[in-house]
Amino acid sequence: MDNFINILSMISLAIGSFFIFSGSLGLIKLPDVFSRIHAAGLIDTLGSGFVVLSLVLYSGFTLVSFKLLLIPLFLLFTSPISSHAISLFAYESGLKPKAKIKKK
Amino acid sequence: MIFFAALTILALAIILCIIRAIKGPTPFDRILSISSIGTIIALGIAVHGFAFQRPEFVDISLMYVLLNFLGTIAILKFYKIKGKKI
Repeated sequence: MDNFINILSMISLAIGSFFIFSGSLGLIKLPDVFSRIHAAGLIDTLGSGFVVLSLVLYSGFTLVSFKLLLIPLFLLFTSPISSHAISLFAYESGLKPKAKIKKK
Repeated sequence: MIFFAALTILALAIILCIIRAIKGPTPFDRILSISSIGTIIALGIAVHGFAFQRPEFVDISLMYVLLNFLGTIAILKFYKIKGKKI
């Protein structure tokens, strides 16, 4: 049973680091500020969620796991505020989205 | 051993974010990529603590997340919105 939880923790760590890497790859490939915010949100939600889930499964039911669970809780509050502020100031300073909308 | 592999992938992700922070055409790209670097470093501190058998590093990671948010908002205070005072 202990071995099973360790394997589950390793799989979760691999998934989390994959999401972080793909988020930062999107930060380079995407063409615009407003679409890069979408890629940065992937790091803050899924990446931190899976990495912290893996560490909680590894450490068991202790005080350390409670402190670990506080990290995605704070990120869940602060990440939308900061990304909304960045997009608001970018839009008001004259940048427009580059994506073209197809009209039928 | 899987922790060291995860730390390597996080370091590669930080290098990609630094490329965007150097190359970015507008200041908002740079602010966004610095914010992402802060989040990745906060996760990396926690993973590093578990890799070297010292899980007390979680406290530093928790503080890093909060200071990262404050830094982003503090840099954005330098920009203005037309007709509004912030």
